[in-house]
Amino acid sequence: MPIEATVNGRTVRFAGESDTPLLWALREELGLTGTKFGCGVAACGACTVHVDGAPVRSCSLPLAAAAGTVITTIEGLKSADGQLHPVQQAWIDQQVPQCGYCQSGQIMAAVALLQQTPQPSDEAIDAAMTNLCRCGTYPRIRAAIHAATGQAADAAAGAA
Amino acid sequence: MGIRRRAVLFGSLAVAGAGMFGLKWSGSRAMAEAKAATVRPGEGGFAAFLKIAPDDTITLYSPTIDFGQGAHTAQAQLVAEELGVDPARIVVAQAPALPGFANAGIIEGFGAEMVSPAFAHLPASVLGLVARAIPMQMTGGSSGVRYTGQIALRRAAAGARALLTAEAADRLGVPAAQIVLEDGRARHTGSGRALRLGELAEAAAQRRLWTEPTPGAARRGRAIGQSPLRQDIPGKVDGTAVYGIDVTLPDMRVATLVMAPVRGGKLEAVDTRPARAIAGVEKVIQLEDAVVVVARGYWPALKGVRALSPRFADGGHGGLNSPGIYAAQDALRRAGKPDKTAGEGDVAAALADPAARTVSADYRVPYLHHAMMEPFAVTAHRQGDRLDIWAGLQDPLLVRHMAAEVAGLPESAVTVHTTIMGGGFGRRFPAQCEVIGQAVRVASQCPWPVKLIWSREQEVQHGSYRAQASARLTAALRDGRITAMRTDYAQGDNVEGEVHFLYEVPATERRHFAFKTNQLDGPFRSVNANPFGYWTESFIDELAHAVGEDPYRFRRKHLAEGSRHVRVLDEAARRAGWGTPPPPGVGRGIALVESFGTIVAEVVEAALREDGYPRVQRVTAVVDCGTTVNPRNAEAQISGGIIQALSTAIAEEITLDQGAVVQSNFTDYPLLRLAEAPPRIDVHFIESGAPLGGIGEPGVPPATPALVNALFALTGKRVRTLPIRDQARA
Repeated sequence: MPIEATVNGRTVRFAGESDTPLLWALREELGLTGTKFGCGVAACGACTVHVDGAPVRSCSLPLAAAAGTVITTIEGLKSADGQLHPVQQAWIDQQVPQCGYCQSGQIMAAVALLQQTPQPSDEAIDAAMTNLCRCGTYPRIRAAIHAATGQAADAAAGAA
Repeated sequence: MGIRRRAVLFGSLAVAGAGMFGLKWSGSRAMAEAKAATVRPGEGGFAAFLKIAPDDTITLYSPTIDFGQGAHTAQAQLVAEELGVDPARIVVAQAPALPGFANAGIIEGFGAEMVSPAFAHLPASVLGLVARAIPMQMTGGSSGVRYTGQIALRRAAAGARALLTAEAADRLGVPAAQIVLEDGRARHTGSGRALRLGELAEAAAQRRLWTEPTPGAARRGRAIGQSPLRQDIPGKVDGTAVYGIDVTLPDMRVATLVMAPVRGGKLEAVDTRPARAIAGVEKVIQLEDAVVVVARGYWPALKGVRALSPRFADGGHGGLNSPGIYAAQDALRRAGKPDKTAGEGDVAAALADPAARTVSADYRVPYLHHAMMEPFAVTAHRQGDRLDIWAGLQDPLLVRHMAAEVAGLPESAVTVHTTIMGGGFGRRFPAQCEVIGQAVRVASQCPWPVKLIWSREQEVQHGSYRAQASARLTAALRDGRITAMRTDYAQGDNVEGEVHFLYEVPATERRHFAFKTNQLDGPFRSVNANPFGYWTESFIDELAHAVGEDPYRFRRKHLAEGSRHVRVLDEAARRAGWGTPPPPGVGRGIALVESFGTIVAEVVEAALREDGYPRVQRVTAVVDCGTTVNPRNAEAQISGGIIQALSTAIAEEITLDQGAVVQSNFTDYPLLRLAEAPPRIDVHFIESGAPLGGIGEPGVPPATPALVNALFALTGKRVRTLPIRDQARA
């Protein structure tokens, strides 16, 4: 039986087997390749997406568990008029990415953090941002989260 | 001589082999092919790398591949400086994998540095011929700005500048000496009349250049020394950037594989039925040392692989384990027959000096996994006598050569489509990428394009690791000075690249005991500056303590007064507050390493966590790379290199048991996370104006010894075997 979910505001029916990890259904069925494969065991966070608003490592979430949920990927962060999310903009302003491969997941984790905690302390950032980055962009990730807080809080308020 | 780096560079020769007879392209044919691939009517193409369109768009076809090092942006700055335009107006595109885009700048740069200064005086046409013959289109060796940018691309820009100037002079009827290029125009200084580069380009590109163009110096200017935004970043924050793993083609299949757990072992037998029974699996392909499952997606392919129970031989390596490797390396060293010796002065005599005190220490470093975040993913499509490859690997022309060889096709039948790379750090040099041959063989047996993806487990267990190595360092001390220093080290081949002993010591000797295992020892970010930086700078610290002197002062007195090294070291000490007491529970350590033409000193402040692991609180880095082309990007490279180095030093280790790698994923190969990264990293650049140095790798080597030295200052425990883990716990 096909599994339905809402992805980036659109209702989709996945044809894949129910044990297929959400990551591969997003990438291979829907062509949403912005979400990355890093480890397959929920250890690195490169595959982070939002499921019902919470950050989830999609490499380890079977489609069956995603049925009926509302999913947001990196491709769905922009506003309807194509404006970057304030966190994405902060990532550009602070020139965060190096190779960039982990950054979709980092951004999704950061957006989720700011939705929960609009003005996170360094300790809160430490606790929430557990995604791996081999290029070592952590200092700029931290700086970009702080830089985004004002804007992100405003955007959240506007959306409410 | 930089044997290791030469190996990295010219290592392609081993693979290319027959390619050397291939001074087979005439330059003009290669250039005509390059031009046909990129230049349209109305546009002007200059030395393949540069193109100016009638609407003034300037496109730079860079042979360097982006993996986050920012070289494209810095290259655009160098070209912009030459052409008098705003770097933001230069669009950087990936150069096609065609011989006309071979990188002679790297041959010239490394050749002059490692082989003979004469390389710098060879005609560009000869260097181009060599680059095409090798073939050379490498990204690596921290060469993207200092060699590819400043030599190859800037020479193309200097040629364009000369031709545009000549064309403008003719059209305006004035002497060329009165034409200046600025703000995207060629302007006559006397009258102020000006022509756009876009309206000059096509005709200018038809003109002959009678003398070799001379690029300007790499000095701060209107473009050099600025920090324009990197062009690659927007696509990396909205998910649109396409890495090798993202390549999607009509009718494409996805494959993954299991390789012989013991490197060197072969596939003996496999029952393919359990995999073929899985929905979505289309084909199971047996290779010499692997089984590949081709399916309609990665998940069924992975399920197929997991369903298999292949039997692999161990290739005679089943007895190998990590402690055994250290023991064998020690024995080899004790046997006293080095394969290579380098150095100067009479070390034996100095060590025998009865008035000297001898100090000795043994150091060990484990295999390290590169841990690029994007696993290998190469797509291949074989259609009759034609082969297409989509890959992000550190030398597309070499990929083309290797793929042609495996496919039994001429190189001209192979098209390589280059993508950006999700990390690399040395793992993606084609000569060490079995994935190329695997993808080509799989595609040869399939009617579809097939994307072969390595799982993380295969990635961790089949690396081209930084070599496990051990070293004994021995020094003679007399009157508070080092009179001799010997480094005996056991490690794989090709190990001398980027080994620079900085101190004024009358007698030095490095003896290499070549030790091979079944593992593929590969270049790892900063190559041999990495292990040598660790043990040399740790040992120097030991010597300072042996004579009761401050480690910074001790280093300083062994450096030439007024040298760049002293300036870098002094600046690091000053900025880090060396000599002031560190905060309670914190130790401070210093280290100084030169690599890739860049001198870096780092001061680390570290504490111990409750579990005994180090916690780095602050790093101060001072860098002299001559001129900083893009300061903001250079800071990112140094800072990221420090974090990567600390990660490797604190907890990373690949071990072997019964010939196979024990670790399998980030669960047992832990990388440093954000919460563990130093909360403060200060990077400062000294603009010495010396020849351009590299920036991607030189930040790495000093971090480990500086941390180990800080832990000694804190606890009195000297960590001589990496990783550090909780060894410094009191």
